[in-house]
Amino acid sequence: MSKETSRRDFLGYSFAAVAAVGGAASLVGMKQAWDPLPSVLAAGFTTIDLANIGLEPGKPQVHTWRGKPIFVLLKTDDMEKFDGDLVIGEKRYTVVIGLCTHLGCIPSWKKDMWKCACHGGEFNANGQETFGPPPKPFVIPPFSVNDTVLTLGEEGTESKAMMAARA
Amino acid sequence: MAKINESLFTAEGFDKRMNAKKFWKVMMTEYWIPKDINFLWAMGVVLATTFAILIVSGIFLMMYYKPDTALAFDSVNYTIMQEVAYGWLFRHMHGVAASVVFLIIYIHMFTGIYYGSYKKGREMIWISGMLLFVTFSAAGFSGYMLPWGQMSYWAAAVITNLFAGGSLEAWGLVEWIRGGFAVGDATLTRFFMLHVFLLPIVIIGIIVLHFYTLRIPHVNNQESEDIDYDAEAEKYLAGNKKESKVIPFWPVFLSKDFAVLGIFLIFYFYLVFFNYNFAMDPVNFDPANAMVTPAHIYPEWYFLWSYETLRGPFFDMFGMKAMDIGLIIFGLAQVIFVIFPFLDKDPDILPAHKRPRFMIWFWIMIIDLLVLSVYGKLPPTGANAWVGFYATAAFLLLWISLPFITKADAKARGAL
Repeated sequence: MSKETSRRDFLGYSFAAVAAVGGAASLVGMKQAWDPLPSVLAAGFTTIDLANIGLEPGKPQVHTWRGKPIFVLLKTDDMEKFDGDLVIGEKRYTVVIGLCTHLGCIPSWKKDMWKCACHGGEFNANGQETFGPPPKPFVIPPFSVNDTVLTLGEEGTESKAMMAARA
Repeated sequence: MAKINESLFTAEGFDKRMNAKKFWKVMMTEYWIPKDINFLWAMGVVLATTFAILIVSGIFLMMYYKPDTALAFDSVNYTIMQEVAYGWLFRHMHGVAASVVFLIIYIHMFTGIYYGSYKKGREMIWISGMLLFVTFSAAGFSGYMLPWGQMSYWAAAVITNLFAGGSLEAWGLVEWIRGGFAVGDATLTRFFMLHVFLLPIVIIGIIVLHFYTLRIPHVNNQESEDIDYDAEAEKYLAGNKKESKVIPFWPVFLSKDFAVLGIFLIFYFYLVFFNYNFAMDPVNFDPANAMVTPAHIYPEWYFLWSYETLRGPFFDMFGMKAMDIGLIIFGLAQVIFVIFPFLDKDPDILPAHKRPRFMIWFWIMIIDLLVLSVYGKLPPTGANAWVGFYATAAFLLLWISLPFITKADAKARGAL
């Protein structure tokens, strides 16, 4: 290989290396431009006072957290007791993100279970999948409990335990 | 550079600078098309025209549309539909053309499959065409989100949620695509950008590529005859137009295209003026609401068949979750047509009517896609779920059998 050729090779490789680093850095920047904005991330906390929202046994309510529906069900005495319930005093609650784990539609409460209109998935009062394409139970949102007040978005021992019971 | 003394503003001077006559000859008057074709060969020009209609009507819509969750719904349903002069016309033209363009794409695709126009030298035509199908699908999906009605919102929620399956969830891919925890303002604005800028630019690029891929292998013909284009073109140019097996693209081929195009446009404008409702789902005239899923959601008709393969497998099988099986088949359905040329093991280019087993395969595939489309729109309960399941299974079996069926035809003909 002559001296002339290797100098050209060196220039070529240098050019390719600079272009590759610059290209990769640009891609990282472009990727980050599509990330959720800081204001979106910061607005991620919601409180629900279970004693003060007029919950009736067997009639779930729908609350909102991070633009997602949260199902809050006060269980009746006839309903199965489940390790993954949120227990506060004598009362047992189901608190889940109300999005079907198949493709994210909002199932609606039909007598004693949630039914999804999109692809026919069904979930029982514990939030466990019982029929159709959903691959797993409803997801438990991270929350902490202070007396009867839930703070959604803040990971606490109760929500961790509920997640573990469904794993 | 050769010295050019003629003024730019004379025909000769212009031609000397731009070589326009030569360009016209290469692209038009000496671009050869076989004579032995039928109206199905006009679909390319029909598609190009429909795409032009989409661009023009889209430009007018874009001048009043607002890509903001607080304004989008009213900017479409109040401003464009009621205030802008002919705003309703541009919206209905855009919506109906977006629907009809898929009808023509499917006809164009299955014409290619029937006549074997995807193989032995024509693979790049097929592959670039399927890239167009994928980019048109992306454009259709992103555009459907813009009116920000209930169907817009929930189609966006369900389809972006596909990227939350399995380990994709851990990568935060779905939040990245949406720009938030749920489909929202950031999602709407970025899909607006994709719909009105990035995707149209990419589509135009691929259309140019698609036209170019035709140039070397030429268009196929009804009997898949191998034509010596140089010899036939020479006959035509020497005046033996009757004997020659070819015609020039302009003016001869295009005159026939324009006749077909005329009939198509009568059909299209009939839909625009008298039957636009099929492209305007009533559910989408309710503003987007993240807290209420419509009772029954379904995509536009052209996505129904692949949507049905997603939900066809509704119970766990082979140690896999129903959802994962559905996702795998759905993913496969999006790309499997691209590799058609490589699954066809017949060494000859022949139309389906000369390949008896393939002919049966072809019609079963069309019937299966129609069944999938019909059941994709029905609620997935009871017997419907089973029809969907078997139609999805049939879809898979058809693809698995394709190499064997095409080989069997070749053997029976003595070609293998």
